[in-house]
Amino acid sequence: MSVLGLERLEVRHGQLQAVRGISLAVAEGETLALVGANGAGKTTLLRAIAGAHRPAAGRILLDGADVTALPAYRRVAQGIALVPEGRRLFAGMTVEENLLVARANGRPGPWTIERVLATFPMLRARFKAKAGSLSGGEQQATAIGRALVTNPRVLLLDEVSLGLAPIAVERVYECLRALIGAGATIVLVEQDLGRALRVATRVACMLEGRVVLEGAAAAMTREQVSAAYFGLARGEEPQPA
Amino acid sequence: MIWLNQVIQGVLLGGYYALIACGLSFMFGVMRVINLAHGDLGILAAFLVWAIVEHSGMSPFLALAIVLPLMGALGWLMQRAMLERSLRAGVLVPLLTTFGLAIVIQNLLFEQFGADTRSLAPAIGDLAFDSWSLGSQIYIGKLAGLIFAVAVVLLGGLQLFLARTGLGRAIRAVAEDPDTAELVGVDSRTVYAAAAAIAVMTVAVGGTFLGMRATFAPYAGPAQLIFAFEAVVIGGIGSMWGTLAGGVALGIAQNLGAQIAPNGFLIAGHAVFLAVLGARVAAGERGLRALFGRAA
Repeated sequence: MSVLGLERLEVRHGQLQAVRGISLAVAEGETLALVGANGAGKTTLLRAIAGAHRPAAGRILLDGADVTALPAYRRVAQGIALVPEGRRLFAGMTVEENLLVARANGRPGPWTIERVLATFPMLRARFKAKAGSLSGGEQQATAIGRALVTNPRVLLLDEVSLGLAPIAVERVYECLRALIGAGATIVLVEQDLGRALRVATRVACMLEGRVVLEGAAAAMTREQVSAAYFGLARGEEPQPA
Repeated sequence: MIWLNQVIQGVLLGGYYALIACGLSFMFGVMRVINLAHGDLGILAAFLVWAIVEHSGMSPFLALAIVLPLMGALGWLMQRAMLERSLRAGVLVPLLTTFGLAIVIQNLLFEQFGADTRSLAPAIGDLAFDSWSLGSQIYIGKLAGLIFAVAVVLLGGLQLFLARTGLGRAIRAVAEDPDTAELVGVDSRTVYAAAAAIAVMTVAVGGTFLGMRATFAPYAGPAQLIFAFEAVVIGGIGSMWGTLAGGVALGIAQNLGAQIAPNGFLIAGHAVFLAVLGARVAAGERGLRALFGRAA
């Protein structure tokens, strides 16, 4: 049985339908990369899974249980954690406090604050520093750590490399590879196609709110995904951004 | 020496202002709600304490211990039943809602207790007028000293609570970014209700001390709201120690104003409030950020 299941999920932003009838399943230990151009609906889909957007139709299943109607805070207790785009740390609180707020509301499990510090050693020296004073890489590590201490069944990562220096991106991905190696179940939104294909076990490419290509990452070429990314796979011309 | 005495009395009066202001500051810092019923909730608490004292002969301090949880429950209910709904309708609706609540409280008190002024001073005996003498011209009222000490303990306690406890951290997280707080498992509705309960309990303490140091009547709430609002604006919204500093600045200004001219008490306080507000607006974004800072 899959850990996370989406059944004909639809999400609207007012008149705009951002997600159009998506059905997906994510198995235990799998890393699903959601790729697609800006505005394809990736972030909206991730936020809907986390409970930040209420779906207009469809179901979200976690370990087979319907969590569609649950508010975001209860989904955390059930095992869904989102690392939002832009990190969204509590800037006026310290790294420790950011982790403690999340830890207090999570599930019991192996992820403790000490384990987060062992996974992201860069945070040890900044543990008592205000989150707003951290570098981009340290902020991203804190954001991922904050999600991990809730001991999620599914970790949702939204654009973890966005706005980071290349060396910081490399460090964050090093840690992600360790998480994936340890068997974490991850849904990853990533603009960098090459990076997504390297870390994911499966890839789903979104275009205008729909999944237009899905399959094992190892079986896909960069050209195939690029074509789906720009809508060329179904005979569409690329649109200017 | 007279001026020094006025400054000392102003500092002590500032403790009272900080007591009534901290809940107002707390609610705005967390929920972005300016509670126009804040002063009336303090007066309601004073009447409840007075009613218990009248019927049982109990000490007002003990009566306050009974009233505090009731006021906390009222704050919780107020948030869940009224403010939560009105907050969804935009920033102006909670203002109108709390204005309406203020009118309801005033008229219920008038209906129940009549227009007479009351005081808790007779129930606290010598504490109402005893003082410590510091030299020949400076006297520190024991009640004023107690109120100031309670203000420092309460504000310090709130600061510690926000910094060291799980609920305190959750309150700060929700104050900073309620959507993200939900995404890390914080139930913002419960946190808002807890913050409202804490705010109403603090103004209950302030209202009871008002009853001990002066008189109160059903329509006395708006005047207390004005003092609380002025202290909050001077000290910066959402900062506990800032609220104490704001209260002390207001108290000193009022006492020095009264020393200069008999009717200068209120005018001097309002003048300092307007000067600080004007300076913050003139300082642009930085000044307004200092004014509207989130819960400390």
